[in-house]
Amino acid sequence: MPRISVTVDGIRYDEEVEPRLLLVHLLRDRLGKTGTPIGCDTSNCGACTVLLDGRSAKSCSILAVQADGCDIVTIEGLSTDGTWHPMQRAFHEEHALQCGYCTPGMILAAIDLLHDDPDPSEETIREGLEGNLCRCTGYCTIVRAVRRGAREMSRDQEGAATS
Amino acid sequence: MTEQLDAGVAAWQIKESDVLDGREVGRARRRKEDARLVTGRTQWTDNIQLPGMLHVAFLRSPMAHARITRVDTSVARTQPGVVAVFSGADFAAEQGSLPCVWPVSEDIVIPDHPPMAVTEVRYVGEAVACVVATDRYKAADALDAIEVDYEPLDAVTDMTSALDEGGPKVHEAGNKAFTWTFAQGDIEAAFRDAAVRVERTFVQQRLIPSAMEPRAVVAQTDGDAFTLHSSTQIPHILRVMLALTTGIPEHKLRVVAPDVGGGFGSKLQVTAEEVLCLLITRRLGRPVKWTESRSEGNLTVHHGRDQLQRISVAADADGRIRGVKVDLLADMGAYLMLVTPGVPLLGAFMYSGVYKMDAYDFTCTGVFTTKVPTDAYRGAGRPEATFAIERMVDELAAELGMDPIELRRRNWIRHGEFPYTTVCGLTYDSGNYEAATDRALALFGYDRLRAEQADRRAREDPVQLGIGVSTYTEMCGLAPSRVLGSLSYGAGGWEHASVRVLPTGKVEVVTGTSPHGQGHETAWSQIVADALGVPFEDVAVLHGDTSSSYKGMDTYGSRSLVVGGVAVVQACEKVKEKARQVAAHLMEASPDDIEFSRGEFRVRGTGTSRTIQEIALATFAAHDLPDGFEPRLDADATFDPDNFSFPHGTHLCAVEVDTETGATRIRSYVAVDDVGNVVNPLIVEGQVHGGIAQGIAQALFEEAVHDADGNLLTTTMADYLLPSAADLPAYTTDRTETPATTNPLGVKGVGEAGTIASTPAVVNAVVDALRPYGVRDVPMPCTPERVWRALGQARTPQRTDGGLS
Repeated sequence: MPRISVTVDGIRYDEEVEPRLLLVHLLRDRLGKTGTPIGCDTSNCGACTVLLDGRSAKSCSILAVQADGCDIVTIEGLSTDGTWHPMQRAFHEEHALQCGYCTPGMILAAIDLLHDDPDPSEETIREGLEGNLCRCTGYCTIVRAVRRGAREMSRDQEGAATS
Repeated sequence: MTEQLDAGVAAWQIKESDVLDGREVGRARRRKEDARLVTGRTQWTDNIQLPGMLHVAFLRSPMAHARITRVDTSVARTQPGVVAVFSGADFAAEQGSLPCVWPVSEDIVIPDHPPMAVTEVRYVGEAVACVVATDRYKAADALDAIEVDYEPLDAVTDMTSALDEGGPKVHEAGNKAFTWTFAQGDIEAAFRDAAVRVERTFVQQRLIPSAMEPRAVVAQTDGDAFTLHSSTQIPHILRVMLALTTGIPEHKLRVVAPDVGGGFGSKLQVTAEEVLCLLITRRLGRPVKWTESRSEGNLTVHHGRDQLQRISVAADADGRIRGVKVDLLADMGAYLMLVTPGVPLLGAFMYSGVYKMDAYDFTCTGVFTTKVPTDAYRGAGRPEATFAIERMVDELAAELGMDPIELRRRNWIRHGEFPYTTVCGLTYDSGNYEAATDRALALFGYDRLRAEQADRRAREDPVQLGIGVSTYTEMCGLAPSRVLGSLSYGAGGWEHASVRVLPTGKVEVVTGTSPHGQGHETAWSQIVADALGVPFEDVAVLHGDTSSSYKGMDTYGSRSLVVGGVAVVQACEKVKEKARQVAAHLMEASPDDIEFSRGEFRVRGTGTSRTIQEIALATFAAHDLPDGFEPRLDADATFDPDNFSFPHGTHLCAVEVDTETGATRIRSYVAVDDVGNVVNPLIVEGQVHGGIAQGIAQALFEEAVHDADGNLLTTTMADYLLPSAADLPAYTTDRTETPATTNPLGVKGVGEAGTIASTPAVVNAVVDALRPYGVRDVPMPCTPERVWRALGQARTPQRTDGGLS
């Protein structure tokens, strides 16, 4: 069985895995990282989105062996020292979640979106999150949250640059 | 778009800091639930891992209708990691029949519904065997080694032809499940000499509810008692029904709904997999888990809608509606599940909408087909009824050459006429259709958009503007028990709450409602904070576990606040009365002289007071209580309302339709809803937004499609088009507040309102855009292809030699 080494939320794991094991099942069933849920089997819904070497990836469409050597951040690793990431705060403030099942993927996809465009328009947000489905909110509050998160993240960065 | 989104925010400014005289109710509290959801510390059923746990995978029928002639599990049993393999025959003696609790007529046909098929399969996806293995991959692998021989039978996929004599039968007794009729007033007279009559046929396409969390079940036993975790909306109903189905005594069965990722009616069910997982754990003595894949769920989670509506309206020349006649076929699918036959009945009383009329006539026939059963999906019966009447009022307006708003004004129940008993016999307690409509028209810029529409029509612009109106109401807040009983529903509609005051003055609320995204923990905390004068943060809400919350009727039908929230209020009142006794005793005053305000009991006219926290501690110590006083402040309440709840509102939709490509774009959407008093405006807006999105989805995007052999073609999210952020518009929302008079909070249900309202608003807009071309209807979903075909048919003169290609 192939042996892989992955870092998940700052912890290194060396694991023997079947070649067919999906990354999301490695995370959930083997490593107990159940913060990352599964919503479909055709990579349409994006609930399982994680950051793989800093970019968003749907962990249901990646084999665990393909993640060998990668650094993975899940929703569980987003807070630092108990302080929520600005995007987590923004989703809470703007009521951008109801059942919350799509939320981990939505937050991580939104963070990746800001990677490319730190001040996205409504259209950019809507198109950028097209691969993440939500059944509860109708998306308006998610768009508001991403804008708010973007504002707070750029303010944090400015603060870091000037301090 | 940007401008519109901001307009939406401005229309309903939501600030948590808004001071409401110190009250919690009405405040836009951010949700308590969010902390675990935004950090991934969730408890979805599939997250549960237990020592020695086994995984179940189901083999499902690839045929819509077939006799099972042989099932061979012998090879599968020898596969690595496989602990057991079962077929339907293995469970036949103990699996019982999945329940239907709504036998709507005396002569209804309720076929036997084995959780695992034994001799015959009646839809693609029905379970025929299962593997129990040490992990989910091994369980899925071994399914390939099970051999099943089928003798194909004819599929029955079309409701209308299913009723033809001599055709293939889904069940021995035939394809008609029931016919249910309801009539009020003299319908013949209403239609006989009416100046205008309009008749239409609408197809309510089959929909897949698609909660984001797929279903999952974990069952375990200690050899005596059983615990079932399930992604369900109805842990309490499930416990009773599973006890009755499996024979496990109710007191030996605990059902838990942990975090549940959405339901929309799809988890208001007693499923085959829940029954089978219990039976498997009973046999093997080990914990088992089953989690469905999305494509498995699309095949097997009950579907929604799927009705064929023939509706006629008769009116006077001035537009006054005289009567409405409805003839409905409702596709039950292959079996009657929990409330399958009752869904069209929930719509039966809503075809008069917000309008006054003399007569009403309703007939519904439930039809069996070889498809997955239908059952409740957000709105359940009421979206269908509201769609039909709101579409018809727009059609009638077109027929009369009248503005659709003006026609509605002539017919709706005026503000001064409430309470009003409708032609269907419902008494609407309160409402103000004028106020909601006037506000919506102003936000929408109705006159300006009509002017633009006229201009585009005059210019023959290839992109036409359409304006759609929906002035909806609905009956929700399911309850009242006596009414449900009169409709042959198998249970009541009350709700239960317990309030427990802890020694330190913190409060636990146990609710019989079972939230799965609605935010009850937050809203109930606000209600209790006001009622007992304790801080919002000092309230915890317990739910969804029959061991802590033994009594409840769960969450569906927009009932949680209007029934369950009121039960919480009533329990708090009892707590307060007990605390008043203790306070009076401690302060040596008469209870009649004790005033209560914001958590403080004060002797009237003095400076002497005790806080509720002090009373809680004194009651815990019990050293000095009134003679005979039971040392507890805790109290229960069970509330059963006298009437349904009737939210209403006006939704306006403007669409741009490209007449060359058929593409529709929602240009603006305004919703002004009246859900009575509001506990948390943030949560209400969320419910309205999400509801509108699901209604738009029916209007423009979603449809479960079967081929002639009964195969579902939309088994994945790649085929079944759930709208993404890029597909939906921003919504401009506002509210009017006409308090309900039937409950002490003055609240009305909100969970389904948006979905009920929005579908006709969108389709009315699409048809309005195309009306100059002679289009009178576009079947849902109004895809570019369907719009384009509707235009083509309207533009091409009718041929008599076989019709249009």
